[in-house]
Amino acid sequence: MKIDDVLPEQRFRITRSDLVAYAAASGDQNPIHQSEEVARSVGLPGVIAHGMYTLALAARAVDVWAGAPGKVVEFGAKFTKPVVVPAGADGAELVVNGTVKSVEDGRATIALVVTCDGVKVLGMPLAAISVGTRVD
Amino acid sequence: MDDSLTGRTFPPTSPYDVTAEGVAAFAAATQTPYSAGDPVPTTFPIVVAFAAMQDLMDDPSVGIELHNVVHGEQRFVYQRPVRVGDRLTAELTVDTLRQIAGTDIIGTSSAVRDAAGDLVCTAKATLAHRSGS
Repeated sequence: MKIDDVLPEQRFRITRSDLVAYAAASGDQNPIHQSEEVARSVGLPGVIAHGMYTLALAARAVDVWAGAPGKVVEFGAKFTKPVVVPAGADGAELVVNGTVKSVEDGRATIALVVTCDGVKVLGMPLAAISVGTRVD
Repeated sequence: MDDSLTGRTFPPTSPYDVTAEGVAAFAAATQTPYSAGDPVPTTFPIVVAFAAMQDLMDDPSVGIELHNVVHGEQRFVYQRPVRVGDRLTAELTVDTLRQIAGTDIIGTSSAVRDAAGDLVCTAKATLAHRSGS
């Protein structure tokens, strides 16, 4: 991994049943992530993914780029735009790209671009991963 | 919202036991391949950090209405990976409080510690709270 490396794009399908499973696993049972009626009642265009669900998928992409899980030392983003998840098996598709911004002192930083329907949904998504003593 | 909230640290959450089942369910829900013994998924500490945020929102002295809260930002800094068998707590501090056009922007950081009291990660969250709506 070296500066300006463009990392291979990762795509993830998000369905409403994923959001139900994530609510149970994470403890975030806010109904805007499960109920069309509640989501619309608060002015959303429909059921939206948990910001943390989107962030978890972006973290999965970072694991792929890092070559193994457990390498991430810093990770985070702003939740700038909702990921609307229509009913049905197609749901929504999240597209995750990344570019290496620095490699020094055994740590690489990666700037991500995370989009849904061509719109960036995360603000300043950044990851720092441990790259050991490798220099490749 | 009361400015004295800034700098206030809340009591730690009830201990959360990291189980193989809990991690496997989180991994499956987040499309993350996982076998026993693997490092836990990167964002897993949100489970205990989220509990700290819920405690904050449930605190009647704080005056946050849950349904008016939007999670604006989340960042983690890890000291070590979470492991199955860890007993974790999160202690939340309100770092910053700003008001912008009727919205309270609450900057928090939660120290996630193991049973020995050692820091496992710091979870920083920004919560946007629309007041009076």
